[in-house]
Amino acid sequence: MQTTTDQNRQQLIEYINQLPDRPYRDSYLIAVLHKAQELYGYVSRDAMDLISSQMQIPTAHIWGVVTFYHYFRTQPPGRYQISVCLGTACYVKGAAEVLQAFKDRLGVEAGQITEDGLFSLLEARCLGACGLAPVCMINDKVYGQLNPDKVGRIINDLRKAAR
Amino acid sequence: MMEYAITICEGPTCIGRHADRLRAILLEELAKRGLKDHVRINISGCLGMCHKGPFLVVNPGYTIYGGVTESDIPVIVEEHIVKDRPIARLAVQEDHLFNRFYRIFGDVGFFGKQMRITLRNCGIIDPENIDDYLALRGYEALAKVLTEMTPQQVIAEVKQSGLRGRGGAGFPTGLKWELTAKQPGPEKYVICNADEGDPGAFMDRSAIEGDPHTILEGMIIGGYAIGSNHGIVYIRAEYPLAVRRLEIAIQQARQHNLLGKGILGTNFDFDIEIRLGAGAFVCGEETALIQSIEGARGMPRPRPPFPATSGLFGKPTLINNVETWANIPVIILEGAKWFSSIGTETSKGTKVFALAGCVVNTGLVEVPMGTTIRQVVYDIGGGIPGGKRLTAVQTGGPSGGCLPESYLDTPVDYESLAKAGSIMGSGGMIVMDETACMVDVARFFLEFTQSESCGKCTPCREGTKRMLEILERIVQGKGRPGDIERLERLGNMIKKASLCGLGQSAPNPVLSTIRHFRDEYQQHIEQKRCPAGVCKALLTYTITDACVGCGACKKVCPVGAISGTKKEKHVIDQAKCIRCGQCYTTCKFNAISRS
Ligand SMILES: Cc1cc2nc3c(=O)[nH]c(=O)nc-3n(C[C@H](O)[C@H](O)[C@H](O)COP(=O)(O)O)c2cc1C
Ligand code: FES
Repeated sequence: MQTTTDQNRQQLIEYINQLPDRPYRDSYLIAVLHKAQELYGYVSRDAMDLISSQMQIPTAHIWGVVTFYHYFRTQPPGRYQISVCLGTACYVKGAAEVLQAFKDRLGVEAGQITEDGLFSLLEARCLGACGLAPVCMINDKVYGQLNPDKVGRIINDLRKAAR
Repeated sequence: MMEYAITICEGPTCIGRHADRLRAILLEELAKRGLKDHVRINISGCLGMCHKGPFLVVNPGYTIYGGVTESDIPVIVEEHIVKDRPIARLAVQEDHLFNRFYRIFGDVGFFGKQMRITLRNCGIIDPENIDDYLALRGYEALAKVLTEMTPQQVIAEVKQSGLRGRGGAGFPTGLKWELTAKQPGPEKYVICNADEGDPGAFMDRSAIEGDPHTILEGMIIGGYAIGSNHGIVYIRAEYPLAVRRLEIAIQQARQHNLLGKGILGTNFDFDIEIRLGAGAFVCGEETALIQSIEGARGMPRPRPPFPATSGLFGKPTLINNVETWANIPVIILEGAKWFSSIGTETSKGTKVFALAGCVVNTGLVEVPMGTTIRQVVYDIGGGIPGGKRLTAVQTGGPSGGCLPESYLDTPVDYESLAKAGSIMGSGGMIVMDETACMVDVARFFLEFTQSESCGKCTPCREGTKRMLEILERIVQGKGRPGDIERLERLGNMIKKASLCGLGQSAPNPVLSTIRHFRDEYQQHIEQKRCPAGVCKALLTYTITDACVGCGACKKVCPVGAISGTKKEKHVIDQAKCIRCGQCYTTCKFNAISRS
């Protein structure tokens, strides 16, 4: 029986194989990394090695690219990914306090994941919901007009929902 | 029975207010009444009227229903759709530009167009349906170009229009096209820069989500003019809806022979592909963007050579911003003369701004160049809520500056904004009231650019770090005499010596706030005071005579700095106080003063 990892692997290879075979094939590296993150949830060292051998690009180069771009994660994300907007509109409306509230309640810094693997905390720049500032996005849902109290309630609700 | 089209805004703000649930209820309601075939539902990206969300636009008639609740839906269906009686009570009445545009668009096309050129179709057409775009003269400009105009004539038209780049720098678009056209072919590239990195702006995103075909049409025309067959849209991965809409639009354009081989029966070939960014502000810079498309770290390189001569894969490349591209079809259709009649001497046409912050109406506005900031903030934006005072307006995001109240009559055009110490930028406009501390705002932007610096050149990598250190100590009450001058010296040095536009503009927020709000810096440094009450370390909390001795503050104080007996005035031990502000927010009697 194939495991999901095998399936992901297979899909990634297929994705690489169907890339246009024009002279500038290497230029699709970032697209391939997006695909890998979509499949695995993050870009693991294993995935980088696989891409390296499939595309004939040194892993060192791939590592350099992955770590340059904020969008790529090298660690698996939490079940709830919290992106706190620190865009200008949110900042002038108190986003720093909202972020601090998340940090305090979860006991992690931005870019980290809670021990139980439930929450990962990220800083984001303008989610385009400035009208609701300050906002955060948890998975695909936008939460607006936040304040430290609301943050506490949101986390409690999610903890309950996860049980 | 009338035929209706209802547009529901599902931009992030409206989604945050459950626009998606409204859509489900609306569909259910229409199905229940057997009206499904008579009403078309369009989902649009942000329509720019965020403060009124969630809202529906019912066409024909351009009735906008704002702040819609679930229980309003059956009423709207019954009254408006079934009985054809728009409900005045629920409609948005205020004459905010957005609203006026809708009404005018219906009858006097000219005036409406003057206001909304690049966003002209947003919210009116279904962005996932090419027929809608075609019905509003879509791809007519392309047909005209391919059948009636030579590439030279197209370039001459764009040059004559006076259009300048909307991505920030304001470089004359026609000139850029001419330079790229002159380069030897055949391999050349056309790029649409949709990286939109300014953290507080979403104009390009709305333009693509609302009307993706306009961008494609502009790019195809650009390809024809410079002799390229290959277009690329470089877009942020953080904009999934915009990406999906572009994909659909490209697919449809191919089916209609508007992309691909032998476009519209001519011998011109052109195709467009999408490349995703991955969250790096510097990748908005054109040479870094090219690196990123090539699959590398997005590090800028020195110019010249400019992309026009040596760009993507070393080939001549034409890069323009989303909004720049969106202007092209209109210029071709209406003529350069018409276009150049809008705006000021040096800045033609309109500019889209994402208005946000401490202002009543937040959202997107498109105004003719030369409109004053005051008109944008007060006439369109509705002024400052809660009777507060305006302190500053920020334009240009992290590359721009803060302008004080006395500069509100500055017209929005490239030169006037630069002279005032800010820049046009890509269109972020953030209004700040008295609760914003200018030193802290400067620190905020510098923290952003510092962390986004790619690290390639020393002035930007090290210089911004040193500036940030100085700002951090100032907001922590450890500012030293001479810090302001140090910031100015460093800032000017970084501007002169950095490799790319990121470093060259990174000091702007600091320098502009020093220029216009020097006394705020001095108060922070000399008196250790933050007039806006933002910088926590500089605040002193004291209990006033209004204290009734309820003890609430004593309970919340995390360090036990408050003492006092019940029903008597309490006191704060300043030595113990950590300035967390909990007592201040807890007190129900306004008995704690913060200064
Ligand atoms: C740090 C930095 C970020 C930039 N970000 C963007 C951006 O997000 N979008 C954009 O269109 N141009 C951006 N630019 C400007 C581009 O380098 C380039 O000038 C522009 O895309 C040219 O198009 P235009 O002439 O139509 O404005 C940025 C420049 C710098 C230095
Ligand atoms: S600044 Fe937070 S959503 Fe725009």
